[in-house]
Amino acid sequence: MKKRIVCAMMCVAMAATSLVGCGSKANEGAADNSSAEKKDDASAEGKVYYLNFKPEAADQWTALAETYSEETGVEVTVQTAASGTYEQTLKSEMAKSNAPTLFQVNGPVGLASWKDYCYDLAGSDIYSQVKSDDFVLKEGDAVEAIQYAIEVYGIIYNKTILDEYCGKDYAVVKSADEINSFDKLKAVADSIQENKDDLGVKGAFASAGMDPSSDWRFKTHLANLPIYYEYKDKGIGYTDKIEGTYLDKYKQIWDLYITDSTCEPSMISSKTGDDARAEFVLGEAVFFQNGTWEYGNLIEGGMTDDDLGMLPIYIGAAGEENQGLCVGSENYWCVNKNASEADIQATLDFMNWCITSDTGRDALANQMGFLTPFKSFDDGYMPANKLIDCSNEYVDSGKTSVAWSFLTIPSETWKDGVGAALTEYAQGTGDWKAVEDAFVIGWEDEYAAAHME
Amino acid sequence: MNTKSMKKYSPIFVLPTFAAFTIGFIIPFIMGIYLSFCKFTTVTDAKLVGFNNYLKVFQDPTFVHALWYTALFTVVSVLTINLFAFTIAMLLTKAMKGTNLFRTVFFMPNLIGGIVLGYIWQLILNGVLLYFDRTLTYSATYGFWGLVILMNWQQIGYMMIIYIAGIQNIPGELIEAAKIDGASKWQILKNVTIPMLMPSITICSFLTLTNGFKLFDQNMALTGGAPSDKSQMLALNIFDTFYGRTGWEGVGQAKAVIFFILVAVIAIVQLRATRSKEVQQ
Repeated sequence: MKKRIVCAMMCVAMAATSLVGCGSKANEGAADNSSAEKKDDASAEGKVYYLNFKPEAADQWTALAETYSEETGVEVTVQTAASGTYEQTLKSEMAKSNAPTLFQVNGPVGLASWKDYCYDLAGSDIYSQVKSDDFVLKEGDAVEAIQYAIEVYGIIYNKTILDEYCGKDYAVVKSADEINSFDKLKAVADSIQENKDDLGVKGAFASAGMDPSSDWRFKTHLANLPIYYEYKDKGIGYTDKIEGTYLDKYKQIWDLYITDSTCEPSMISSKTGDDARAEFVLGEAVFFQNGTWEYGNLIEGGMTDDDLGMLPIYIGAAGEENQGLCVGSENYWCVNKNASEADIQATLDFMNWCITSDTGRDALANQMGFLTPFKSFDDGYMPANKLIDCSNEYVDSGKTSVAWSFLTIPSETWKDGVGAALTEYAQGTGDWKAVEDAFVIGWEDEYAAAHME
Repeated sequence: MNTKSMKKYSPIFVLPTFAAFTIGFIIPFIMGIYLSFCKFTTVTDAKLVGFNNYLKVFQDPTFVHALWYTALFTVVSVLTINLFAFTIAMLLTKAMKGTNLFRTVFFMPNLIGGIVLGYIWQLILNGVLLYFDRTLTYSATYGFWGLVILMNWQQIGYMMIIYIAGIQNIPGELIEAAKIDGASKWQILKNVTIPMLMPSITICSFLTLTNGFKLFDQNMALTGGAPSDKSQMLALNIFDTFYGRTGWEGVGQAKAVIFFILVAVIAIVQLRATRSKEVQQ
């Protein structure tokens, strides 16, 4: 009898353990789980699940979602994929029954793989707020994706140190404004590097880290310039075959980055984005190639607006005295058309609220520091971001902004190939020919692979 | 309780594990095989394309490179881990003070997860390489030996425990008899200890072999495949293909199926080979 009881108890115990785990939350898989959920059970009204691409704005989005839920009672979940893992997070999240209703693509190439999931935003309120069709991606007449943040990148410099340098007798320029070409930039960087001990820095440029947290600055953003100039010369917007006519210029700027740097070129494969930022914030480096999105981090690190300035990335192309900063976006909102109708409506309402309500506009412009393409932001919601001010100055003084031509790069694999070749070239284990091949032949191969069907 | 009632209850006992096994293994496995013949972006939304994915696998140079790199790593790690584990087991079965403490200490690295270990060793090894102005991701050779060191550190303790159990199971009379017959220490090791240890050797070589082939977390955390995917092992290559390349999800899946067959075949061959050398007491 006793044995029988023990036996029965064990059965119960086992059955119980097999049920444990079913109760856990559905969204545990994603990298950064921050949600404002379960305000009430108003699921009939639809709910919003936003998979955010920008880790630097993760906390602000969560806070904004909470505010919205409190105001309207609609459940809004915001998740942010860890840096560099957006595509893989999106892939697994979209396969779930509780898929994101609002997600992002990074441009025309990114849209290509997700277009079957995009709801047509043509009739939506948010589309009516967009200033022009330059800021949306269309497939025929259907509006598949809408940009929500315009960003700018270039060479951010430490104004305090650079001004100090300009006062020295070995300085080759008297003010940062004089730097208007690659030759000037190189002369300045070289002389800073030469006198780094006197200036109390470790190098002119922050480390050109090729760790995945930092390599996009070079394999994507820096690679934009040779692509942009080639497109400009040919008068095209995309190509299936790049010639690499500006690759020698790409080489000279890359050489400058790795030579006048805070670290040996053999170390860059492990240097991270945080390393480079730390060097810049601590005043160990004068130049730091990055964009407006870094503003929050730099201020948090203890820099002030007076410490910051931004230069265009000069690579030595003809006529670059008139070159401005690189202005564009890889932040496009898409609504998941496979979501239920109630959810789609809730999502559209949420998006509209974000760009028209005072709270939403304040969050996007002032807390996240986004420059947006929406009409609703024109009355006093310009972002508080010194780096965006810098970019406006260039535009106002008649400089031509550089377009984000890297959005037409055929695939991530192309970027990886170029990045790997750049690393090997820098540390001396590979030659420049490998970069050229990855750039030119890689482009052709990847374009073909991406357009096979 | 007699066997009859055991039989009656057996389905109830089997059910939880069987359900978990079905959900966690059988269903994903079958789905995986199906997906390897499909083109898809998300796994719930796939269309059949036949053998296309399998053709692409062998046109992908990174896969072939990863295959050889993994094979080489496995050979080196199986040899070093088993050699060290066996030596330490021999030492720690001698009458010596503090053997229990040593056994515990050697076993402990096993309790730490692969990702954590990968990052810790990345810091340690990069710290050492810093003196030579190098980093782990400078070339695949550094990554290779870094990984060998890491895996040795992690697995020696585990294999050591298995060897210790085996050594303790060898009847003392056998060794004594050998001694009386005038066998040298080397002869005892070669003709008594090792043959008697064959079951342990089978298990240990099986575990290290499959662990070597299936290695993922440590590889990802230590080098992430850098530079240029040259330190990428098979499992990481599959992961990167699936998640890193738009439109190549099915190819990643096909690689996974090939990977499964490969590991299964190698493991079976190895088991057969070492089993045949086992002796009955």
